[in-house]
Amino acid sequence: MIPELGHLALALALAVALVQSTLPLLGAARGNLAWMRSGQTAALVQLVLVATAFGALMWSFVVSDFSVQNVAANSHSMKPMIYKIAGTWGSHEGSLLLWVLILTIFGGGVALFGANIPDALRARTLSVQGWISVGFLSFLLFTSNPFARLANPPLDGNDMNPLLQDIGLALHPPFLYLGYVGFSIVFSFAVAALIEGRVDPAWARWVRPWTLAAWTFLTGGIVLGSWWAYYELGWGGWWFWDPVENVSFMPWLVGTALLHSAIVVEKRDAFKSWTILLSILTFSLSLLGTFVVRSGVLTSVHAFATDPARGIYILLLLGIAIIGSFALFAWRAPAMEGGGLYRPVSRESALLINNLLLATGAATVLFGTLYPLGLEAVTGEKISVGPPYYNAAFVPVMLPMVILAGIGPFLSWKRADLGGVLDRLKLVAGVSLVAGIAVWAVTTEGSILAALSILAAVFLLLATIQEWAWRIKLGRAPLSESLRRARNLPRSAWGMSLAHLGLAVCIFGFVGSTIWKSEVVAFAEPGSTVEVAGFALTFRGSERVQGPNYEAIRGILDVTRDGQPVTTLYPERRTYTFARSQTTESAIRSTVLGDLYTSIREPADENIRNKWTLRVVYEPLVRFIWSGAALMILGGLLSLSDRRLRVGAPARDRRRGMAAAPAE
Amino acid sequence: MKRILWFLPLIVAVVIGGFALWGLVADRDPSGIPSVLIGQPAPVIALDPVPELGTPGLSTADLTAGGQPVLVNFFASWCVPCKAEHAVLTRLTREHGVTLYGVNYKDKAEDARRWLNDLGNPYSRIGWDISGRAGIEWGISGVPETFVIRGDGVVVYRYVGPIVGADAQKKVLSALREAGLEEPAS
Repeated sequence: MIPELGHLALALALAVALVQSTLPLLGAARGNLAWMRSGQTAALVQLVLVATAFGALMWSFVVSDFSVQNVAANSHSMKPMIYKIAGTWGSHEGSLLLWVLILTIFGGGVALFGANIPDALRARTLSVQGWISVGFLSFLLFTSNPFARLANPPLDGNDMNPLLQDIGLALHPPFLYLGYVGFSIVFSFAVAALIEGRVDPAWARWVRPWTLAAWTFLTGGIVLGSWWAYYELGWGGWWFWDPVENVSFMPWLVGTALLHSAIVVEKRDAFKSWTILLSILTFSLSLLGTFVVRSGVLTSVHAFATDPARGIYILLLLGIAIIGSFALFAWRAPAMEGGGLYRPVSRESALLINNLLLATGAATVLFGTLYPLGLEAVTGEKISVGPPYYNAAFVPVMLPMVILAGIGPFLSWKRADLGGVLDRLKLVAGVSLVAGIAVWAVTTEGSILAALSILAAVFLLLATIQEWAWRIKLGRAPLSESLRRARNLPRSAWGMSLAHLGLAVCIFGFVGSTIWKSEVVAFAEPGSTVEVAGFALTFRGSERVQGPNYEAIRGILDVTRDGQPVTTLYPERRTYTFARSQTTESAIRSTVLGDLYTSIREPADENIRNKWTLRVVYEPLVRFIWSGAALMILGGLLSLSDRRLRVGAPARDRRRGMAAAPAE
Repeated sequence: MKRILWFLPLIVAVVIGGFALWGLVADRDPSGIPSVLIGQPAPVIALDPVPELGTPGLSTADLTAGGQPVLVNFFASWCVPCKAEHAVLTRLTREHGVTLYGVNYKDKAEDARRWLNDLGNPYSRIGWDISGRAGIEWGISGVPETFVIRGDGVVVYRYVGPIVGADAQKKVLSALREAGLEEPAS
């Protein structure tokens, strides 16, 4: 009964979405206010309906209703409750329902909190959002019904892929989708602006909070995924340049560029068509991600079970959305330029270069991701593109961007005094140069890229701190005065400083855990000792552990350093009884300086009964990656809570609209 | 010219879309990995016979001794799919005159002997790869795997998994014929 209710709600949602995608648009064209406002009601009704459907599916998972095909295939009665709930979005159908739910949440958000947006723009935006809804709801209903029933329900389910039964990965999809799909509303705003043929600072101010929110969630989603891969996959890496990772990273890069170019539209009325293009691109890359993950065009470790029919449908949706919006762009955008003038040395220029570098970075990732497909299509040759390509092509593009992120905040709008700025930064530049050379000298491999990365990160770190200190007049005014200034600093300024600091901290983590990593893979018998980075690990033996839906073999490793006991680590190898597969649970000793990472595998076959495969990795500074990302997220949230975004944008006729309508 | 610039995103999107469409509709297996061995001389192999079996061992020289293409099959008694393809391999040797060499992969000698006694032994030579060393040299991903070696010792074809079903047999046989297999007149 409940699943049918969910199915019905989904079908009704499609009907409502059809109304939402046409009526407000017609209203905006004819100036009919009632039609325009129907978009808000439709968006909210659609949200309620999709949420009902999602709730119905979740309920089926919670009560383990195995007559629902999706539940039978992805759940088990013995599974812990949290993973039953997470099972709702653990399959292709369920995750697509989550996708649509988030799409409608953002639509509903604009309907509820967009009181200060002009009716016509809001109506058009909601209509465009309605188009996307129609596309994905029909995809869901016609090719991937999550509520399909089984005539002969099994007694128990197949259990979910155990790799996914993990808290990091239970939370990863919702956050990632909040980011991915969050950019849909920015896309809708951009297409609405193209239809209207007008982009102005007010538009940018309405779009900014949504971009910022989506960006923050996307950052969180990517980091959760990376963290999960680090401790769950058992080989101690946090990024593999796998196609599925890349497709989440590209919207992030372009979204970051969008975040910065929207500032220029808002403050200086320039970069308009570029910002529109970035808005379309960001969501297009998110759609590309959805396509790649669900169609199986590219091989990846974590693609969904694939089905060419579904792939064709998504590709069709993608084609309409992306080609349609780019065609609209080619038609309407040329009329949009103009606005603020600026000198070659100015904050505008710095942001422009930053944008170009980020876009180039995204393009290199896109090229690397799709190159194997293109090559196979043209020559039939099969290859895979790995870290060497990205280290050679992507990292060098990003380094100037990092340096620029340090200099940019010092530059003023319109025209800046580059000599003065460089003069102020010479101490910072000197220190970072020394740091770079020191790293180069210390690293035995002599990797110049690593040294340059550290140089750039130190520069960004110190320049950001100096800029912040300069703003609050630290050292130039009494401390109380500085503290008062720090308190009064706009939250968006705090947000920027924190996000830039976060990037610098991340880079320390990237470089440290890559070039100073030491790794030993050894066959270990009880009693044998492995030495890594000054630690000695003695394999004491193994014990059996019984979990709710798995059995595990747990290795016991005594860790000592210079003869002093440090800790005992318990890496596990779990065998999931019902899903019939195994996972690695690494054991990690984390300190600020680095992680001691261990994982274990049982003997491969009977001939080597006592040879356990023990992987011990020492990863310096790897914690910096997660803390840096946390700083970026914190920066995003702080910036989102800025008063400027809460008190609403100025009205289009440039009167100061002080209506206290929350923009978020 | 300036006008064309505005169409650039559209053009790029269409091109990428075209490749994506090809990727979906073309008959291809994205996770299939071609063996790097194809077109290369077969890796060096020097394996002792399985003890007390009576079938001679396998070395690199044997691969080219007859000037005829040979089939090298990795198998093990503990491998169920190997049992499934055993009848096919037997028929290939009997009806098509194929020279079949085996590599007994990570197997106990007595298990291998019992297995071959029960099912029959179509292999004219069997190398005993107890350590799995030859498996690594040849880059197999598991058993069974089968290689077609041309008379001059070059690997021309690799089949992963059991040669079961008409399609698989046709592929292996046509690779053998291309390599110059002389079939007995029937």
